[in-house]
Amino acid sequence: MHMPSNFGKAIIGAALALALAGGAAAQQPLKIGFVYVTPIGSAGWTFQHELGRREMEKALGAKVATKHVENVAEGADAERVIRELATSGHTLVFTTSFGYMNPTIKVAKSFPKVAFEHATGYKRDTNVGTYNARFYEGRYLTGIVAGKMTKSNVAGYVAAFPIPEVLQGINAFTRGMRSVNPKAEVKVIWVNSWYDPGREREAATTLISQGADVIAQHTDSTAPVQAAEDKGVYAIGYHSDMSKFGPKAHLTASTHQWGAFYTKVAQDALAGKHKPSNLWGGIKDGMVKLAPINPVVPKEVQDMVAKAEADLRSGKLHAFAGPVKDQAGKVRVPAGKSMPDDQLAAMDYYVEGVQGQLPKK
Amino acid sequence: MRLRLEARPAPSRAMRYLSPLVATALTVVAGFIVFSGLGREPLAAFHAFFVRPVSSLNGLAELVLKASPLMLIATGLAIGYRANVWNIGAEGQLILGAIFGGGLALAFPGAESRWFLVLMVLAGATGGLLWAAIPALLRNRFNTNEILVSLMLVYVATLLLSYLVHGPWRDPQGFNFPQSRMFADAALYPILAEPTRLNAGFLVALGAVACGWLFIERSFLGYQMRVAGLAEAAARYAGFSSGRTVWIGMLAGGAAAGIAGVGEVAGPIGQLTSSVSPGYGFAAIIVAFVGRLNPVGIVFASLLMSLLYLGGESAQMELRLPSAITGLFQGMLLFFLLGSDVLVHYRVRLLPRAPAPREEAAA
Amino acid sequence: MTELLVPIVVATLAAGTPLVFAALGELVAEKSGVLNLGVEGMMLVGAIAAFAATVASGSAWVGVLAGMLAGAAMSFVFAVLALTLQANQVAAGLALSLFGLGLSAFAGKPLESVALQAPQAVPVPLLSEIPLLGPMLFSHQPLVYLSWLMAVLVSLFLYRSRAGLVLRAVGESPASATAIGYPAIAIRYLATLFGGAMAGIAGAFLSIVYTPMWVEGMTAGRGWIALALVVFATWRPARVLAGAYLFGGVTMLQFFAQGAGVAVASQLLSSLPYLATIVVLVLISRNPHTIRLNAPVSLGKPYHPDA
Repeated sequence: MHMPSNFGKAIIGAALALALAGGAAAQQPLKIGFVYVTPIGSAGWTFQHELGRREMEKALGAKVATKHVENVAEGADAERVIRELATSGHTLVFTTSFGYMNPTIKVAKSFPKVAFEHATGYKRDTNVGTYNARFYEGRYLTGIVAGKMTKSNVAGYVAAFPIPEVLQGINAFTRGMRSVNPKAEVKVIWVNSWYDPGREREAATTLISQGADVIAQHTDSTAPVQAAEDKGVYAIGYHSDMSKFGPKAHLTASTHQWGAFYTKVAQDALAGKHKPSNLWGGIKDGMVKLAPINPVVPKEVQDMVAKAEADLRSGKLHAFAGPVKDQAGKVRVPAGKSMPDDQLAAMDYYVEGVQGQLPKK
Repeated sequence: MRLRLEARPAPSRAMRYLSPLVATALTVVAGFIVFSGLGREPLAAFHAFFVRPVSSLNGLAELVLKASPLMLIATGLAIGYRANVWNIGAEGQLILGAIFGGGLALAFPGAESRWFLVLMVLAGATGGLLWAAIPALLRNRFNTNEILVSLMLVYVATLLLSYLVHGPWRDPQGFNFPQSRMFADAALYPILAEPTRLNAGFLVALGAVACGWLFIERSFLGYQMRVAGLAEAAARYAGFSSGRTVWIGMLAGGAAAGIAGVGEVAGPIGQLTSSVSPGYGFAAIIVAFVGRLNPVGIVFASLLMSLLYLGGESAQMELRLPSAITGLFQGMLLFFLLGSDVLVHYRVRLLPRAPAPREEAAA
Repeated sequence: MTELLVPIVVATLAAGTPLVFAALGELVAEKSGVLNLGVEGMMLVGAIAAFAATVASGSAWVGVLAGMLAGAAMSFVFAVLALTLQANQVAAGLALSLFGLGLSAFAGKPLESVALQAPQAVPVPLLSEIPLLGPMLFSHQPLVYLSWLMAVLVSLFLYRSRAGLVLRAVGESPASATAIGYPAIAIRYLATLFGGAMAGIAGAFLSIVYTPMWVEGMTAGRGWIALALVVFATWRPARVLAGAYLFGGVTMLQFFAQGAGVAVASQLLSSLPYLATIVVLVLISRNPHTIRLNAPVSLGKPYHPDA
């Protein structure tokens, strides 16, 4: 048994963190760990985090040494991997899936010197920060594109689970569409999976056969974009730029950009002034970005999108600026106000313009 | 030249112990080829896979923590398998155990007594038992194949859990995310060795394995069931009820899996989520066979299986190998272990002529 | 109504096709007494092999062939373990699934970012002109027609040919079959290989026709559903066809209902096929006569001529 050596390692790790905190010249690189929920693949949620990690590595070079573990199941296994990263001297750990929230909090209690940053969660601690992006802002912009490009005035939306983040996306997309095309409607199909290419494709083709001529998605594979390409309708990507999977169909995508954030957190940690984040960043922070817009989209629409993007950035525009009415016509946000964050975070309804009912609880 | 298998008059004792070594040797050779092929130093890879995960106290604790549900379920299943009762739905029974035990924890968030945990374990065992009773009942009443029914019920159990955590049991303060509230402290297994995660669930598993051993090796009922497995007709002739064999065989696996389910939610997870098990119910079937349906062997097999999981993570971190390498390597090792068991019951003969209509690649 | 019916039927038939292939293959293996739980693994390896071959050759048919061979190769590993080395079939099948998931994911790494174009559907001349039925039944991918052909062939083979009779005899009692002089093990080998090849085609359909892409674990449990389907169909090829569309149809119906604005409790609906399978199993098993007519008696039991 090599218990002492490992405890030694932990102590060295802690000492290192202290040395860094004191601003001493760092001989050793800062060891940073990343935990991914799926295989990295070539598009999707995890892939964007991996791009962020690479961007940070590129920016900081030899000052950081990163390690990542992919395909870590949410549940009992996650805590072991997070703990292992903390034990092996990683002083900054990014856990990149909602299901890692409780494991991250638990491990953080045993490693007070290690800084943890958890994506999309809501629990924080003295050494656990959370970060998330206002994906809905990107959705609003893609909605403008969809609203201008649709001929049938029906967009289809392939969605995973009815949690607030997904509902924010559907609703913001719908509002974006209707801001330029009041007749537009959105049909939603829940596939009850983040990732099942077969079902995602089936949902997309179903929506197309029911009249949708723009397909948006909140699932992890590129299957909906490919389905749209094959059926000759438009698609809006998500997470990543998915244009190479549907060169004709792909109008644009709302993409996640974590690189700048990862770089900044690592720089802060290197400088010894890292504080747990509590960040919900949007377009303004560069965390959400539109993928290049397909040239089939007319110039005037592209300009419209650029203007809305600038307004979102400056704060002049809010994706949920009142009046926000839900499906039943109930006013959720009165005119002249914007939806506050706590209300956004608990969203559990469809806005006006979304067809159908939410699945029963 | 062709290889031919000949039945041994009696199972070879020597081979019983040698065949795992043969399997290990084959794995080393295969691992050498795979890792070299990937351009990795094989020795470093073996170190990352098999040594590094267990070279710390925490690593050992994790090894045992992950092995606990496997040994628990595999022992329960082995009781049935020895009697030719094929419960392959332990995954579903585990989920029902988690639902029953976890449901109790959610129903009494204010529980403080230490005995509450005992109640949860009993509830979990009941859940697994009830789920396993369905294929047992159908087999006894309607002669239905228990392999297929128990497998079907896995899907139903998964969907039932998904329904509960998406619907009625969802944490009202949890922003609609599909998971339950966290359990109260009284509803969690106490940790055995801080700062590791090893909890009292391990003792429960060990206790169950010991009971399984006593039942299989030392009880008359266990003996009867073994006879029933070897020769059904003889057992019936001797007056052993085959219906009772099915009941005991199925329920033992169900109860064990149910307890394992509680062990997960009241142990490392601490709440109900839509995925309470990374396939322990299926992995335990492999563990049962690699351990030769013998509780002692099962303990070793479960540790090995657990090591393969940890090794996969370690190989990712140390060698930057993708996580897929785990399944690849696990599959190979299990093939070798399952295959080399043939040596216990058969001897391999080289025959001079080759009129083979097919190729036989004997180990 | 009809304009809704056509897409539902077309989508359902496509969704059921991989299940048809995988289940027909497993059916033949099970009829010979071999229970191979590695269908998911064989499908995945078939899927990646087909995808890689299609990308390399540019021909989907080369891909299908590669998928078929890869599936068969996987089932050969299983056959060596379970038939020659007498390993337990359940354990060997589970290990095969594990191995297939790992192997396909590993081999597929470089192909994850490659996009394929789905092949065009091929309408059957004349038949596709029939109103309503034409677009529903005769405007599909070639593999869909092939799946129907295979169902017919498997049915003819099992119930109308001497070889099929022998295969079923091996599934009933390998000892008796051996006693009359049939090579029980060799026959089980062939049946298992057929099962692997068909699972490989099922995987190929998913990766080069249906989605078309390669991503790790893309079969998403369809191999396990195929196993359920064989039982649901009481080991009858025609019923496999019907069952596959029923299983596939449940999902499509959910989606169409949702798209039309009707909320459904998806978990309950999704569990219906499995509950139905259990009910079917009870119905055929309760009577010793019907079970003998349907289920292979020696299913999953090891057999060695010397034993």
